[in-house]
Amino acid sequence: MVSAPPPPETSAKIQVQVRDLTIRYGSKVALEKVSLDIREHEIFGIIGPANSGKTSFLRALNRMDQMHSSMKVDGQILFRGKDVHSWRNLYALRSKIGVVFPLPVGLPLSIYDNVALAPRLSGTKNKSDLDEIVERCLQRAALWDEVKDRLDSLGSMLSGGQQQRLTIARALSQDPELLLLDEFSIAVDPVTTMKIEDVLKELKKEITIILVTNLVQQARRLADNTAFFLTGECIEVAKTEDLFTGEVKDPRSRDYVEGRFG
Amino acid sequence: MFEATSLNRRNRQKEGLVRYLFLLMTLLLILPVLIILGVLVAKGGPVLSMDFLFTYPTDGMTAGGIFPALVGTVWLVTVALLFSVPIGVAAAIYLSEYAPDNWLTRLINLAIINLAGVPSIVHALFGLGAFVMFFGFGTSILAASLTLAIMTLPVVIVSTRESLQAVPMAFREACWNMGATRWQTIRHVVLPNSISGILTGVILEVSRTAGETAPIMFTGAAFFLPFLPQGIFDQTMAMSLHLFVVSTQVPGVPEHLPYGVALVLILMVLTMNATSIAFRMYLRNKKKW
Repeated sequence: MVSAPPPPETSAKIQVQVRDLTIRYGSKVALEKVSLDIREHEIFGIIGPANSGKTSFLRALNRMDQMHSSMKVDGQILFRGKDVHSWRNLYALRSKIGVVFPLPVGLPLSIYDNVALAPRLSGTKNKSDLDEIVERCLQRAALWDEVKDRLDSLGSMLSGGQQQRLTIARALSQDPELLLLDEFSIAVDPVTTMKIEDVLKELKKEITIILVTNLVQQARRLADNTAFFLTGECIEVAKTEDLFTGEVKDPRSRDYVEGRFG
Repeated sequence: MFEATSLNRRNRQKEGLVRYLFLLMTLLLILPVLIILGVLVAKGGPVLSMDFLFTYPTDGMTAGGIFPALVGTVWLVTVALLFSVPIGVAAAIYLSEYAPDNWLTRLINLAIINLAGVPSIVHALFGLGAFVMFFGFGTSILAASLTLAIMTLPVVIVSTRESLQAVPMAFREACWNMGATRWQTIRHVVLPNSISGILTGVILEVSRTAGETAPIMFTGAAFFLPFLPQGIFDQTMAMSLHLFVVSTQVPGVPEHLPYGVALVLILMVLTMNATSIAFRMYLRNKKKW
């Protein structure tokens, strides 16, 4: 599939609006005064070396600061026009946002239960509804054909690449509007990585994706717009093509994508 | 050509020496256990019989069996577990899964460790003051079991907390990120994967409770009773106290009798420990990650 050019900036609705986002762990500042917009149905790439605040950014979006007492978040994150800090039901917020981690997490449950867990916890009891969700999510994550005959076997016994696709299926199980991917390909072989990248291009038609990645070329392949984070600062937000053709405001961005540091 | 230097040779000699030193220490550790068991089996073995287990003591406790003490110990342990397991497991879940890492939590953790270090006779006095007198339970199974429960709570809490923390943090993060509450995460992912460790801890606690003497001496265990307890407000005989009594308090007890009582007590404890180990092995084979 050929990825469509990013829609003109004026027409696409803004899905996530971040203003002056600062994240601290105790006295350590992980991210400082970041402002950016993420549009509906785009893949928004975030690149940057280790310790640049990429993961903290994703955690703040999903309000994980509420689960970690040392994490403090200031500034505004508007999701669908509403500040995530004003959502009274955080569990509902998180069910609208799917998350995939760097290392695959197959929960020690059956493949079926891995995917059905979240819908079950939020009240879906009907067996045929659950069957439908499990099949649809595994299909979308390009895992269905490999596991459809052994849905009862343990998710944690799958291979790394399969577990990562299981994690994606699980993240899709509540029909999220936003999918956060944190360096998903770090523990996955190149073939599976390409499979997942195809999945993401397909998913983009329906949901918004934020892709944190260490692989600059992966951002180039997938992202419509890309932000460059460096030691807690957002150096640059630009159309991905501009970033790679050198049309950047800050020379450090060019140096990073060209591999001169980081 | 490689030549061993004198440094190489010395390191090798030291390695051998250290290894045998540690082996010696391990053997020294096993020796007393073997001697105890050997003496108990040799001296107490001949008295073991169905009659010994299931009849009452007779002739001023110089003959007969140990039935009321056996039943009493089962009572004491069971009632103590009914209190210590729910409280201990709930407290451990709070400390491991909910408590923020602040000075209060650290203080509570410190208190738990210290509680484990309180001598059992001090627990006994506390039980006498609190349960027997203040709450007015009298010397009863209830008062004795509550004392035992408080004494064993730290063991339950620490072992439960360790089992909970053995479950990888990534599992919790994955659940939270899906919108699961802490309790849903605990209920569906953390507990099912730590239950083997929790149960092992509980069984080890049972064996500890069964052997305690001081805490029940003032609070509920009787010297001699010619009948079985009918409820938790009755006094009872207990194996551990019975062993103390026939060994030191009653004149004219034949030599083999106390060894028989001790052998039964230690067999009870070992059986429970063995169950615990077998159970742990069974569940470990089913481990899912």
